[in-house]
Amino acid sequence: MKQSINFKLNSKNVTVEVQGDESLLTVIRTYLDETGTKYGCGLGDCGACTVLVNNEVTRSCMTFIEDVANKEIITIEGIGTSTNLHPIQEAFVKTDALQCGFCTPGMIMNAYGLLLKNPNPTREEIITAMDTNLCRCGSYGRIIEAIEKASKQLSKTF
Amino acid sequence: MKPDKIDELYFSDVNEPISLDRRDFLKKLGGGIIVVFCLGKMSLLDGWGQNKSDDTPNFNAYIHIKEDGRINCYTGKIEMGQGIITSLAQVVADELGVPINLVDMVMGDTELCPYDAGTWGSLTTRFADPVLRAAAAEAREILIDLAATKFGVSEASLKLDNGIICETENPSNKVTYAELTEGKRIVKNLEKKPTIKKASEFKLIGKPIISTDAIAKVTGTAMYSGDIKLPGMVYATVVRPKVVGSKKVQVDASQLESFFGVELINEGDLVAVVHSDPEVATKAARKVKVTWNAPEQKMDNETIFKYLEDNISDNNIFQEGGLLEVGKAASEYVIKAQYQDGYKAHAPMETHTATCYFEDDKLTIWTSTQTPFGTQDQLAKALEIPKENVHVKQIFLGGGFGGKIYNQQAIEAALIAKSCKKPVQLVWSRREEFMYDKFRPAAVMNVTSGVDENGKLNLWEFDIYCAGTRGTKLFYDVENNRTRMFNERDIHPFGTGAWRAPGNNSTTFARESHIDVTAFKAGIDPLEFRIKNLKSNNMIAALKLGAEKFGWNRTKKEGHGFGIALGEDAGTSVVMIAEVHVDKNTGVVTPIKVVCSQDMGQVVNPHGATVQTEGGITMGLGYALYEDVKFNGGLVKSRNFSNYTITKFSNTPEIECVFIDKMDSKPQGGGEPAIICVGGAIANAVFDACGARVNRMPITPERVLKALNKE
Repeated sequence: MKQSINFKLNSKNVTVEVQGDESLLTVIRTYLDETGTKYGCGLGDCGACTVLVNNEVTRSCMTFIEDVANKEIITIEGIGTSTNLHPIQEAFVKTDALQCGFCTPGMIMNAYGLLLKNPNPTREEIITAMDTNLCRCGSYGRIIEAIEKASKQLSKTF
Repeated sequence: MKPDKIDELYFSDVNEPISLDRRDFLKKLGGGIIVVFCLGKMSLLDGWGQNKSDDTPNFNAYIHIKEDGRINCYTGKIEMGQGIITSLAQVVADELGVPINLVDMVMGDTELCPYDAGTWGSLTTRFADPVLRAAAAEAREILIDLAATKFGVSEASLKLDNGIICETENPSNKVTYAELTEGKRIVKNLEKKPTIKKASEFKLIGKPIISTDAIAKVTGTAMYSGDIKLPGMVYATVVRPKVVGSKKVQVDASQLESFFGVELINEGDLVAVVHSDPEVATKAARKVKVTWNAPEQKMDNETIFKYLEDNISDNNIFQEGGLLEVGKAASEYVIKAQYQDGYKAHAPMETHTATCYFEDDKLTIWTSTQTPFGTQDQLAKALEIPKENVHVKQIFLGGGFGGKIYNQQAIEAALIAKSCKKPVQLVWSRREEFMYDKFRPAAVMNVTSGVDENGKLNLWEFDIYCAGTRGTKLFYDVENNRTRMFNERDIHPFGTGAWRAPGNNSTTFARESHIDVTAFKAGIDPLEFRIKNLKSNNMIAALKLGAEKFGWNRTKKEGHGFGIALGEDAGTSVVMIAEVHVDKNTGVVTPIKVVCSQDMGQVVNPHGATVQTEGGITMGLGYALYEDVKFNGGLVKSRNFSNYTITKFSNTPEIECVFIDKMDSKPQGGGEPAIICVGGAIANAVFDACGARVNRMPITPERVLKALNKE
C-alpha cells in the first residue's frame, strides 16, 4: 500500500507516494533527483550518504522514508551554490580537501551538522565527529584543516 | 585492450601507446585553430614525438582554440581524483599564455578524444603532459604567426600575455585569440618538436593551483555515472552467487509475480531484475532463487601463502649479477626471511556503476572506468556490434586506484539494456564491489641477504611470488644478486589485478623490512646502512633530505619508533620515514608522523603533487595496518567497511612532503609512488618501537603481540 509522506527538502515542501520502507537516500536521489548525496555502502559504514534530518547528522541509506515524515531534510544542494558557497564548502575548496569528490558531500554535511552543534570544535572533537566518514583517496588531514578554517570563518560571521 | 594485457602493462614498464585513426573527430569541431599531435611508439618513451609521414592520421592529443578565444583540450585520460583535470589544463594554459579558467578539459569521451589505452601507471604527467604541452606550444606559434601577418610585422617583435598578442614596442597594437581565430579553420599537424617553455619562463607550471573541479565537487553538482537519469530508465539488480566463479545451474523466478512491473533478465550466467524503482528491483532480486555450482574451495586467508609457494614453480629471472655462492662466502652474516602480504581491495567510495541506452544499434554509456577506449572495445565485442556503435561518454570517477579497468559492470548494464530494450542504470552494491573487485594479489617474498663485517651488502636473493617485478630493479649496490618472479595465471581464488603501484607495495615492504633486519644484524643504524649501500645518487639525496626534515637523530618518546623505507616507482625515487607508537600490551600501532621525500623530476603542480602524496600515504596506512580480505576459496567474507577496515580520520598521522627541486628535468609519476613505501616504513618503525618484527601485512595488533612473544 502506498502512502503519502510530506517533508521539507532544502526548505521546500515535498510529498512522495511510497511504501514507507524505501531508504531516504533512494527517495532523495532517484525520486527527487537531488544526486549530490551518494551511495557508498548501504549499511551506514561510510558516510557518503550523510544528510541532516532536523539538524541531526543522519545516514540517509539507513533511514526509512516514513521515519522522516514532517521533518526537515538538508542535503548538500541545500547549503550553498557554486556562486554562493557555504563557508564549509569554500574552506574545502581552498584547502583542496577532496580528490575524487565522491565522499565530499557526506563529509561536508557531517561537518555542517557538527558545527551547528559545536561551532568551535577542537581537533579531537572534529576527528571524533568525522571518524565514521570514509575517504579512500586519503584527504583526511586536509578535511580536518578545512573544518577548522570554516569554524573560524563562521565564528567571525556571527 | 584486454584486461590481461593491462596486467602485463602494469607489471612491466609501459611501452605501448596505441594510436588510432581519429580523423572523424575533426569534422565535429567548429572553426578556430586545431593542433593535432602524433607520436610513434618509441618517441613516447622519450617523452617527445617526431612525426613520421606514415602515422599522420594517428594522433594522441589535440587542442582547439575556439572562435570565442576559449581553449578545448582533448585527452583520452580520465579524472578520478588524481587531479589531472587541473594539471593538464595548467600546462596548456602556461604554454598558451592564458588564465587556466579559459581551458576546458574534454576527457575520456570516445567520440571526441584521441585514443588512450587507460589512465593508470602514473603515466599522465609523464606522457600526456609533454604531448599537450607541445600541441599548446605549436598553437601559440600559429597565433603569433597570424598576428604577425595581421600587423605586417615580424614574429619576434610580438609578445603574448594573458590571451592577447601585442607589439612589444607598440602595445596598443594588439589582438585577442578570439579575434585571430574568428572565421578561420586551421588544422595543423605538428611536424617538428616545438620550442616549449623553459622552467624560467613558466607562469603557471610549478605554481600551486587549486583543483578546477573543486567547486562542482563541494556543491554536489559534479556528475558521476550513477547521477545520470534517462527518460524511461530502469534500475538493474544482478542476482549473485555466494562464491565467486560459480556457474548457474537453475533459476526459479516464480516469486517475482508478486512484484508489479519487474522484468527478469536471464542470459548465460547473468541473472538480473529490472524495475523503474531501484528499491523494487533490489527487493525482487532477493526473491529470485538461483542454484549455483560453486568451485572447490582450496585455500583461505591463512593458508594462502603456503598454497602459493607450493603451487607455483614457473619462474623467470628478472635480474642477476655475480654469483650467489660467492656472495654467501664473502658475508659475515647470511640472513633469510619470508615476507607475506594478504589480498587488498581497491574499495573506491564509488562502486562500479554504469548508465546506458541504445538508440537503434548504437550504445551510449556513462561508466566508472579508467579505460574508456578499452570499455568501448569490450562492449563492442560483448554486444557483437562495431566499435563505432559504442560511445563512452566523459564522466567523473569516484576513485579508481587500478580497480576500474575491467568494466564488468559496463558489460552487464549493456547486456541488460539490450535485453530489456530500455535505458538501464546498474550500481553495484558494496558487497558486489567486494566480490568482483580485482584484488591486489596475496604475495610471498623470500629474501636472503648477506653482509660483510664492514656492513657492505654482498648478497641479495629475492624470490617474488605474485607481486611482479615493478620497482624491484636493485638500487642498492650488491654485487651478487638474483631476483626471480614466480607467477601463475588463475592461481588465486578470485579475480586479481592492478592496485595502485601494482606489486610494488608488497615487494618494497619485503625489501625494506629485510634491509633493516640486515642492518640490525650488522649493528648499523638503518639510515647509515642505506647510505653506505645505495648506488643511486638521486636516492641518496632524497634520503638525506627526508632524514633532515624528519629529524632522524631526535630523541624518541617512550614506546615510539622510527622506520625508513625506500622505493622506486614510475620514474620517481621515494623516501619515507615514519614515526609510530606501539602499545606493548595491546599491540596497537598508532601512526604519529610520516615524512615523504621524493625526486619526481619537474613538479608541474606542487600542490597537486602534495595532495597525491598525502593521499597515497593515508591510503597506504590501510594496507600496512588494517586491510585484509577474509575469504574461504571464492567465498569472500569481507563484504563491507565494517569487516574491511581502511584508514580513518583517527589513524591519520601528521604528513610532510618534500620534493627535490628539479624544474628543468622531465616530470615523473606522482599518483602512485609514495604509497609503495608505507608498509616497509611502518614495519621498521614498529620494530624500532618495541622489537616486534612483523613479516606479514597488515601489521595487526595480534601479529605485533605474537612477534613480541617470540622475542
